[in-house]
Amino acid sequence: MTALTADPPSPTSRGWRLPLAATALLLAALALSLVLGARPLSPTAVWQGLTDPAAPAYDVVHGIRLPRTLLGLLAGAALGLAGGVMRALTRNPLADPGLLGVNAGASAAVVTASAFLGLSGFGGAVWFAFAGAALVAVLVHAVGGGRTATPARLVLAGTAVNAALFSYVSAIELVDTDALDRMRFWTVGSLASAQLGTVAAMTPFVVAGLGLALALARPLGALALGEDSARALGSRLPATRAGATVAVTLLCGAATAACGPLVFVGLLTPHLVARLTGPDPRRQLPYCALLGPVLLLGADVLGRLVARPGEVQVGVVTAVAGGLLLLALVCRRGGTA
Amino acid sequence: MSAPLRSRFRPRSRLGLRGLSFHGLGFRRLGLYGFGGTPVRAVDRTARRARLVTALVLLAAPAVAVLALAGGGDLALTPADVVRALVDPGSAAADPATHFVVWELRLPRVTTGLLAGAALALSGAAFQALTRNPLGSPDVLGFTQGAATGALTAIVLLGGGALALPVGAVLGALVAGGAVVLLARGGRQQLVLVGIAVGAVLTGVNGWLLTRGQLTDAARAVLWLTGSLDGSDWSDAAVVALALAVLGPLLLGHGRSLRLLELGDDAALALGVPVARTRGALLIAALLLAAAAAAAVGPVAFVALTAPQLARRLTRAPGPNLLPSAATGALLLVLADWAAQRAVPGHQLPVGVVTGLLGGGYLVRLLVKERRTATV
Repeated sequence: MTALTADPPSPTSRGWRLPLAATALLLAALALSLVLGARPLSPTAVWQGLTDPAAPAYDVVHGIRLPRTLLGLLAGAALGLAGGVMRALTRNPLADPGLLGVNAGASAAVVTASAFLGLSGFGGAVWFAFAGAALVAVLVHAVGGGRTATPARLVLAGTAVNAALFSYVSAIELVDTDALDRMRFWTVGSLASAQLGTVAAMTPFVVAGLGLALALARPLGALALGEDSARALGSRLPATRAGATVAVTLLCGAATAACGPLVFVGLLTPHLVARLTGPDPRRQLPYCALLGPVLLLGADVLGRLVARPGEVQVGVVTAVAGGLLLLALVCRRGGTA
Repeated sequence: MSAPLRSRFRPRSRLGLRGLSFHGLGFRRLGLYGFGGTPVRAVDRTARRARLVTALVLLAAPAVAVLALAGGGDLALTPADVVRALVDPGSAAADPATHFVVWELRLPRVTTGLLAGAALALSGAAFQALTRNPLGSPDVLGFTQGAATGALTAIVLLGGGALALPVGAVLGALVAGGAVVLLARGGRQQLVLVGIAVGAVLTGVNGWLLTRGQLTDAARAVLWLTGSLDGSDWSDAAVVALALAVLGPLLLGHGRSLRLLELGDDAALALGVPVARTRGALLIAALLLAAAAAAAVGPVAFVALTAPQLARRLTRAPGPNLLPSAATGALLLVLADWAAQRAVPGHQLPVGVVTGLLGGGYLVRLLVKERRTATV
């Protein structure tokens, strides 16, 4: 990270340093997430635990650390990329699916399914998460889209939608104390309860979302120039918008169903990436997918370290860090943020 | 502000505010009332309509309160029983059960609801005028989350006595509000965005606090977070009544300044409003009102947001509509509580659930409808 900020490549450079550094960061985050935790393990012990079923660390690594790390990888990539797509689609620097209520929509749908239909586990919840995320994504688009939408207006609309969904979720948790006990950790956003089954189940959805989003990078890049220019460049706007909404729904829905409504990963990631790559979505989006997991896993590791032997949920860490970043952005840019 | 002068700030359309005021200025100097081709009589008619609606809503609120008192619960009472228990001093000896239920259980609940609704709505109306944004209510701006953080800290970390919770809520709201106002450094857009950012940080902290506690503490905290009139007693009503008695007149007395501030800082300054000082004082007053209401009943969602908007549409008058807003808020909260007690048979929902769902629906409608005019 220090190497990158000390020597930022020019936005147009297509050198090999940036992809290499991003990959190295990702690998480092994965390694840290495997090694650090409530019970510190040496790297060699982790390696043995990964490869050798007879090693003493096998249970810890395969039962806890590995699923958690893989979940962080998938969810981080999904949320980071969703943030990048949303940002390009709305041409709005504050457009984070979490901030705009998409994740909250997914979480409200999952809580509904859990309380009324007794569905639990990823397989049952994920379809509801998609429905909820799609609904809010369309709503936010209807409300915040168009020429009149300023960043403030969009964020305000999202906050209000978030507040409404939050009161709905707490209503359900109140009526159904079992649901409260099951969901109160999930609604904060946590990687702690990760299981390999969940990771396997969410992989196809995330991969589909990633593919769709990256395929849309080109039309989204055209859209960044403005609607008229995009049309002149031969981009089909309705198709681009619909595709991007589907991609955001897939990514956010899958990530939320697996680890709860995490906010701000979608705000932090594209913001940092834009500084490294410049404004072109075609260059931004792949790095969003690479660096999203770095942020999420970094936040998760931080949460594990600050409150030993307990831990702070990753959702809390990202909310606090992201909120502070938003605050800094707003204060620096003045009223135009 | 005198009636004819007020009438001149009436926009003929939602976007008609611009330009009108400055012409109005000149005409005020010339002493020509009834400017702008709007017949004075027509303006008077709408002004009268506004007063009439306000009076009706104000009258309806206590009537509904009596109705709410009378209805359901384990002891079904007719409105006549309720009125008798309220006004007849001999009824305590004649029918102690009814007297107890009315005076000790239902009247405190309804009174707290009326007062808290009025306080929230008044605070919301002031905030909306100060931010010039129909969504700029304490729910959205981080103050409610601050109150929640304070209360959750009191409940979860300190064990939370009867006094600790309201004190924590008020302190939390003040700290959050102070931080938002200081960081925003006076800009309107800034205030909204900084409020959202602070609210986001606090939401994270609140979620963490919820997972720290025992399940019973967490359930109690969620109940408070949703906002409930269950178990409201006279001391809750007294807290809000005190806040309303002190801060209500202050806000109502600044109705003219608020109306002028809605025109923009420059216009308000030109019309003799000390903008910075007025805004600071009004922000603090509105913040304290919201915090007092939250301390009594919890941060009931969306009353502060919807009541002023409803009042504005009912009276069709420009400006913050402070008094109609307060009346609408009181009515709204009591009605929502009445519905919440009866919505699910065998289950008493907290009032915040009803206001949250109704308010959320109304909000979505507001957002979609106002998209065209881009006033949100």
